Amino acid sequence: MSAGHPEAAAAFLNDSERAAWHDQALWFVRQRRDRATDLPEWEALRDRAAELKAYAMANLAGLLEAFETRATASGVTVHWARDAKEHNRIVFDLLRQRSATRVAKSKSMLTEECQLNPYLAARGIEVVDTDLGERIVQLAGEAPSHIVLPAIHWKKEEVGTLFHTHFGTPADESSPDALAAAAREHLREVLLHADAAITGANAMVAGTGGVVICTNEGNADLGMHSAPIHIVSVGIEKIVATLDDLGVLLRVLARSATGQPITAYTTHITAPRPGAEMHVVLVDNGRSARLADPEFRSALHCIRCGACLNTCPVYRRSGGHSYQYSIAGPIGAILAPAVDLDAHRALPFASTLCGSCKDVCPVRIDIPVQLLAWRGRIASANALPKGYAAIFARLGGIVADRTRFESAGRWARRALRFLPPALLAGRWNPWTRAGRELPLAPAQSFREWARREGRVE
Amino acid sequence: MRVALAVPCYVDQLRPEAARATLVLLERLGCKVSLAFDAPCCGQPMNNAGAVADARAAATNWAASAGVFDVVVMPSGSCTHHVRHHLPGLVDNDRGNHAAQVTFELCEFITGPLGMAHLPGRFPHRVAMHLGCHAQRGLRLGGSSELHQPVSGPMHSLLCGLEGLTLVPLDRVDECCGFGGSFAVGEPELSVAMGRSRLADYTSHQAEVLVSSDPSCLLHLEGVARSPLVLSAAKDLRTMHIAELLEEATR
Ligand code: SF4
Repeated sequence: MSAGHPEAAAAFLNDSERAAWHDQALWFVRQRRDRATDLPEWEALRDRAAELKAYAMANLAGLLEAFETRATASGVTVHWARDAKEHNRIVFDLLRQRSATRVAKSKSMLTEECQLNPYLAARGIEVVDTDLGERIVQLAGEAPSHIVLPAIHWKKEEVGTLFHTHFGTPADESSPDALAAAAREHLREVLLHADAAITGANAMVAGTGGVVICTNEGNADLGMHSAPIHIVSVGIEKIVATLDDLGVLLRVLARSATGQPITAYTTHITAPRPGAEMHVVLVDNGRSARLADPEFRSALHCIRCGACLNTCPVYRRSGGHSYQYSIAGPIGAILAPAVDLDAHRALPFASTLCGSCKDVCPVRIDIPVQLLAWRGRIASANALPKGYAAIFARLGGIVADRTRFESAGRWARRALRFLPPALLAGRWNPWTRAGRELPLAPAQSFREWARREGRVE
Repeated sequence: MRVALAVPCYVDQLRPEAARATLVLLERLGCKVSLAFDAPCCGQPMNNAGAVADARAAATNWAASAGVFDVVVMPSGSCTHHVRHHLPGLVDNDRGNHAAQVTFELCEFITGPLGMAHLPGRFPHRVAMHLGCHAQRGLRLGGSSELHQPVSGPMHSLLCGLEGLTLVPLDRVDECCGFGGSFAVGEPELSVAMGRSRLADYTSHQAEVLVSSDPSCLLHLEGVARSPLVLSAAKDLRTMHIAELLEEATR
């Protein structure tokens, strides 16, 4: 339920020092992105990336079938999952048939979307997230707060305390190197002895039948190269037509995400390891429905780089958990309502429509236009968050007519000028509630002045 | 040049000085200004909040008012953006397109159709410039850091042309101030927090004046600055609409 975004944001901002730190940490990533993307061909790359994604979405069925044919020919088993439930069941069946109880998972927003971890845990299978950031939030019993930097809301001292509890590092240890070393030792154990590896995928290439995984920690590789079975969970929109297309995406992905020219590891897998199994689970979970809706179709172009989160002044100051959906930030705010309009109706309003997201997005998704379109749909479904309907419907009646507008304006200005501030600026008034004074109202409006001057009748 | 001055609803009621300054300035620049533009509101506040039917009614009214003019000038980037980008879709008849074509934000009108990149004038102060997001990323009336462009555009050019004016450098040259229409009241804590960040950026660079071509951003930032909860430096900041500043500088 993310009906409570304003409340969650207010709670996050309550610790103003922490909120400022979070804002600055993400702004730093945004600045790294600015430097890494300052290439002469950058805007042309964005054009090309947007085109190739649009092409892939327009030819989705054919490309997926081509992928399946090629992958199958090289010994990969391809599964199709209509929704999260089917995906989870397919994964569970694969694990159960092989008596796998310990799973090493690398970063995958899709498995977050499908809530795979709790599903498997409830069935006696232990899943360890092997991406460092994901492991941190997993140990803390939290969800990731960012699609690329899952533990960005954690300070290193806090990670030190967490690791002290779980891994026995010295109580005051907070040097990133020492903490990473402790995590590495722990994760090696997990990765080397897991019964199965689950990974996400950054792309599937129809032309080769291959799957591509980008990480900075190499954890996906260690997992899939050690376990007897590798399961790839991937959304169907991750398909691209050719390796050339993939090349464009790889050029824009890491630069947009973390300001790196490319991730430390870019792994292409086209076949199972000799003696091991490889399965790809293609998940729809609402994607086809989105494809059928021209207004929101381009949201499927997202390559989950996180740039729109890092640049978003709202995300930076409210934190990923305030969105209460597996994908936070501007892109989450246009994806979540498609999943459950009522539960996530606050999210399209959690934006000033400043447009910064659209200008950093490497695949040129016009997020503000979609936010606005969702607002319209939410209003017509009579699901506006509290307050909005009352304020703006009344305003509509007033400003459509000059006489009504002028008399309402006159009354409002009189109220602002003569009523005691305590009456106007109560807790009920969202304009003043958080520390913002009411405007100093003038005695006469511009129109009244112009009339007095004889400039208008 | 004959132009109509369209005064946004909240400017008419809450910041009439900005509208008066626009009028005086345009006349000083040789325009014949009509004040006969009757519709109070272009529909943006309702559209922004998802109330599309209400927005349509106001927008249709607005487009009808614009129908009899060849040039309409607005002292607001955000409203101009709404007119140019949303009226064609909101208004059923061709007047939506006409309105979109003839409506200009004040600064772009001066540097564009009037053809004056600079105005002769003097304003010996340290000024922080805030270009509203719709003017910047919607109308592209300024370079964007996301696109690796320098701070630029009509308002920037007009400010830079004034004698004695120092534009203060900012840590975040084009971050949103947090107004955002319905956002200001829907997410008040975030809205105010964003406003405070902007104010801290201005005051830490010793700005004396904050100028914007968007009165709505100013209304919000001024309200945040005047709050007892905000650092005292922000209270000394003089907030001016670009029309007010240019009018004063070119007297
Ligand atoms: S919407 Fe664009 S910027 Fe945001 S995560 Fe997706 S690809 Fe990146």
